[in-house]
Amino acid sequence: MTALLFMLGLPLVGALLLALVGHSRKAGWINIAVCAGSFAAALTLALGVLDDGPMLSPDKLFYIDAFNVYLVVLTAFVGMTTAIFSRPYMQYELTRGRLTSRRMQLYHAMYQGFLFAMLLSLSTNNLGILWVAMEGATLATVLLVSLYRTPESVEAAWKYFILCGVGIAQALFGTVLLFFAAERVVENRDEALLWSVLHGGAAQMEPTVLALAFVFLLVGYGTKVGLVPLHNWLPDAHSEGPTPMSAVLSGLLLNVALYALVRMKMLVDGAVPGQLAGHLMMGFGLLSFLVAGLFLHRQSDIKRMFSYSSIEHMGLMTFAFGVGGPLATFGALLHMTVHSLTKSAIFVTVGHATHIAGTQAIDKIRGLIRTQPTVGWGLLIGTAAIAGFPPFGVFTSEFLLLTATMKSWPWLTLPLLTGLAIAFTGLFRHLQPMVYGEVPAGQVAVQANMLPVALHLLIVLWLGLAIPGFLARWFDQATLLISGSSLL
Amino acid sequence: MALENLSLYEQAILLLAAMVLFTSFALLAQTRILNLIRVFAWQGTLLAVTTGMVAVVSGQHHLYISALLTFVLKALLIPWMLHRLVLRLDIQRDVDSVVQPAVVLLGGAALVVFCYWVALPIVHLSALITRNTIAVSMAVVLLGMLMIISRRKAVSQVVGFMSMENGLFFAAMVSTYGMPMAVELGIAFDVLVAAILFGVFFFQIRASIDSLDIDRLNRLHEVEE
Repeated sequence: MTALLFMLGLPLVGALLLALVGHSRKAGWINIAVCAGSFAAALTLALGVLDDGPMLSPDKLFYIDAFNVYLVVLTAFVGMTTAIFSRPYMQYELTRGRLTSRRMQLYHAMYQGFLFAMLLSLSTNNLGILWVAMEGATLATVLLVSLYRTPESVEAAWKYFILCGVGIAQALFGTVLLFFAAERVVENRDEALLWSVLHGGAAQMEPTVLALAFVFLLVGYGTKVGLVPLHNWLPDAHSEGPTPMSAVLSGLLLNVALYALVRMKMLVDGAVPGQLAGHLMMGFGLLSFLVAGLFLHRQSDIKRMFSYSSIEHMGLMTFAFGVGGPLATFGALLHMTVHSLTKSAIFVTVGHATHIAGTQAIDKIRGLIRTQPTVGWGLLIGTAAIAGFPPFGVFTSEFLLLTATMKSWPWLTLPLLTGLAIAFTGLFRHLQPMVYGEVPAGQVAVQANMLPVALHLLIVLWLGLAIPGFLARWFDQATLLISGSSLL
Repeated sequence: MALENLSLYEQAILLLAAMVLFTSFALLAQTRILNLIRVFAWQGTLLAVTTGMVAVVSGQHHLYISALLTFVLKALLIPWMLHRLVLRLDIQRDVDSVVQPAVVLLGGAALVVFCYWVALPIVHLSALITRNTIAVSMAVVLLGMLMIISRRKAVSQVVGFMSMENGLFFAAMVSTYGMPMAVELGIAFDVLVAAILFGVFFFQIRASIDSLDIDRLNRLHEVEE
């Protein structure tokens, strides 16, 4: 309980503190310290939940089970490593004159505010608060997307604001409908949106209303997941903001949105006969997966390219959760982990690469390995990992997903394999000249902190070679929660 | 529809629902920025009245706070903020032309019919009045969306956005007697922050493209040219 308090309280206090002193040179260090504290608390919380099972806070405000606690740890961890990367990176941007110290203040405060909103939406027991926190996460990041105040970034931020706002409003309508259905079966109406109450009594809720609610929830949270055709905001927002923001948006926020969607699916599956929720998620997931893979080929901006890769992977996960069953669910949970670790590592590397080349245009970034081997190799290995090369963890999870698909929907294996091949070629045709290629005259190495990248990629490699026993049991508990039966 | 069998409260709710829907159409057709904000304020007032009435009938005390909050936030504060911004940006005389007003309004009417159709399955588990109100609130949400799509000026898009929020609030109020207090406060907080951020954005957009025409935000493309 104390751990929960620290995990949530630290980012909140950090946001307020950094709103006051975020412009000072020490702010980067404070940012790291707050994130580290929050991560330590998240770990303690996770160990407690692993030993004692699901935890409901006495006031019923928070509910922690195997599913959300692993996302909490992941979020706090990536938040911390990105903070470590962000300190020198943002300092460099400040000296380059792309930022003023007032905007640094905003950046630091909102970074913590964003982490708080995500951790709150993961840990809350109330599905209404979940919505509020998701919207809060959008609001916290929207000013960060336009941090550089270039016309492109302002346009990206406006698009992000309006499209996500409109999208997430649909999710609120879905939540209202859910409340409408729940209110009839739950005695105390103040408790009618609590997950701990609803999940047990989901079977009695009216299926027609719930089915309608799920459609709205899918559109709403699906917009934030970046599902095609609601994805237009994502590449813009992820590419125009500062790079640390791209890393946490791609690596974490998409996960949180998918988490919300899966929670709703669990409710709907309990009440609606047939597989309505699963089929909808499979359809949208597969569409996003294929379309984003094709778009990868025609990008000219390196950050946009990797944003499309995020859409592709989120589509794959949505598809896997839609397929359901223990194998696919286990694979999807693993994929969520390895994708966010790999993608944030890639964005960190891309940040350094753009500093070396002085631009985000793919055809201007050349010869990275020769200019700065650590950055070049980091990008090459990271991209290999995200494209699903063995022995990295992404390969393991994609392999599990393919196996699960072959079992329950054999004919869908074909589009999946085609999509993977398309995405693979899309990434590598752009990557090849960037890391090898001719070094442009006058290109010099920059000071790069590759520690977060190395750490992330090592974990991904480890997960690909051998998933440690405790982690496998952890995923298995979550699989049991979501799909109803365990894998191991 | 046996209107005379309904209680006074239900008749009043139906009347208010109709009026809220009417303001949505008024927003859709109105092209002058200042009038747009005025209509939006009226919609907020109607919401506050609805909430107050629900509070009296259901006897839930926290709804009185909601009603007050709605009135202050949606009928006074946000319209006032928008109004002040419009004056400061000196765009009060701007006209946001709708390309084909007739088509847009017909589209709006079609949306309302569609919403009634979607709400049909709910009819058998609830009284007549709920079907109406759920359909109407869904329509207000979708009309807000239509407004965002059909407008060019940033200010009108914001009004459309906020009117969507109104539709959601109306749905929560009349079909379920309001969400739990904690959720409602959270939503109100989000709306307020969103309103402030929109204000910040007006200046950022103006500084970057020297206009508030969203059409001119056209630098980013899905694929390279």
